[in-house]
Amino acid sequence: MAGETQVRFPILLAAFAIALSGAALAQDAETEKAIEKYRAMLREDPWSNPGFLDSDRGEALWTTPAGPKKATLAQCDLGKGPGKVEGAFAELPRYFADADRVMDAETRILWCMEKLQGISAVDYVKRPHPGGGQPVKDLGAMATYVASKSAGQKFAAPLAHPKERETAALGETLFHRRSGPMDFACATCHAGSGLRIRLQGLPYLAEKKEASKVIGEWPAYRVSTTHVMTMQHRLYDCYWQMRMPELQLGSDASVALIAFLTRQADGGEIAAPGLKR
Amino acid sequence: MRIVLSIFAVALCLAPASAQQADPARADAAVKAAFPTAPADWAPRLTPDDTMALCSVHRNSPPKNVADDIQKREQANIVYPPDNNFMGDWQKGERLAQSGYGLRFTDYPARQANGGNCYACHQLTKKELSYGTLGPSLSEYGKLRDFKPEAVKATYEKLYNSHAAFPCSTMPRFGANKVLTIEQIKDAVALLMSPQSPVNTGQ
Repeated sequence: MAGETQVRFPILLAAFAIALSGAALAQDAETEKAIEKYRAMLREDPWSNPGFLDSDRGEALWTTPAGPKKATLAQCDLGKGPGKVEGAFAELPRYFADADRVMDAETRILWCMEKLQGISAVDYVKRPHPGGGQPVKDLGAMATYVASKSAGQKFAAPLAHPKERETAALGETLFHRRSGPMDFACATCHAGSGLRIRLQGLPYLAEKKEASKVIGEWPAYRVSTTHVMTMQHRLYDCYWQMRMPELQLGSDASVALIAFLTRQADGGEIAAPGLKR
Repeated sequence: MRIVLSIFAVALCLAPASAQQADPARADAAVKAAFPTAPADWAPRLTPDDTMALCSVHRNSPPKNVADDIQKREQANIVYPPDNNFMGDWQKGERLAQSGYGLRFTDYPARQANGGNCYACHQLTKKELSYGTLGPSLSEYGKLRDFKPEAVKATYEKLYNSHAAFPCSTMPRFGANKVLTIEQIKDAVALLMSPQSPVNTGQ
């Protein structure tokens, strides 16, 4: 014990000597530990994730007739043929010949809602995301259901079609594009490892290793806003914080960013719905 | 025009980036279409200015000649307080360092002054534990600079336009982009440089 004290004392002195950086680092480590403990508690019982309720709701919506055409989405083609939901999310975004464009899950489901059910996409994208405390909207619930049907699979979005490659490249350019009064780009916050805004950790999305760990967790239930947030909503919220206008769901830019992030996460496991702070 | 052309040339020539960079015109069009509800006076937010376009293409690591051009251009737009007094009130500085309010589409009509949100990215006072790490710790910032008058002026310049000191810095150009007023920047300078500020007293 005495020996330990003797050893400890010079260490303490050294810590004070580098007071500034040393104390800051120790504090960072303490804070990070506390946050990780909280995350572990959230993960302890995966079935306690309220996101599963929205996934179930999405499944029910998928097979319930709706819209002016009173049709279900059972014949919606998510890329693996009409009606095939299993594993489809793992191969999105992808090029769809019928729409002649690349689409992510939400954009494609909205396309199906319009074509099969007669729901107006133009109207739907006016308010596609829930406010704080409100449940995820129907499209988001169905996206959660579709994503959950690829849980455990690995991201393998196709890049064979030139438009798929072009879309992912556009996404990469947009990821690094700085604009707005704060000069922010996605890369401002997501181009380094172990960084935080206040106490919120930021994934290093410019790097594949870290991207493949986190992208597969979306859509995710967020404890802070008490609802499921989809990837389109995640981007919308990032742009809000970047002092940019409202990102339109299904816009080429939104799909391109998702295509880029999915390419970054290629081979990463899908764990939707995830659970976030 | 020359800048636009040189950006395009860089996009084409930069070996590692050329495979991944999309046509700038394509990116401009996609951004314009992605934000259809943007009010007319928000149009400048959608288009990077010359400095941002260069920083984006070079992923914030510009070659020396580009960095020099950026630095010169950004230094030229710094507006100094008329009386050359760079120090305001550190207490007001601490309040604006805590506030992230302003310029988001939910912040209109404005209900309060814009914040600087310094704590989002920097450690400042010891008391505030909820600080980000995107930027370096600014703890004891003035003390480490011996509270020298040149350092006070340099701090004002960094806050007014970070690129005047560090081309392609990831920090906002608070003065040049009119995020903060000259008076607010002086308050933030005081938070960093005043000997009485908790940033320097270790509180």
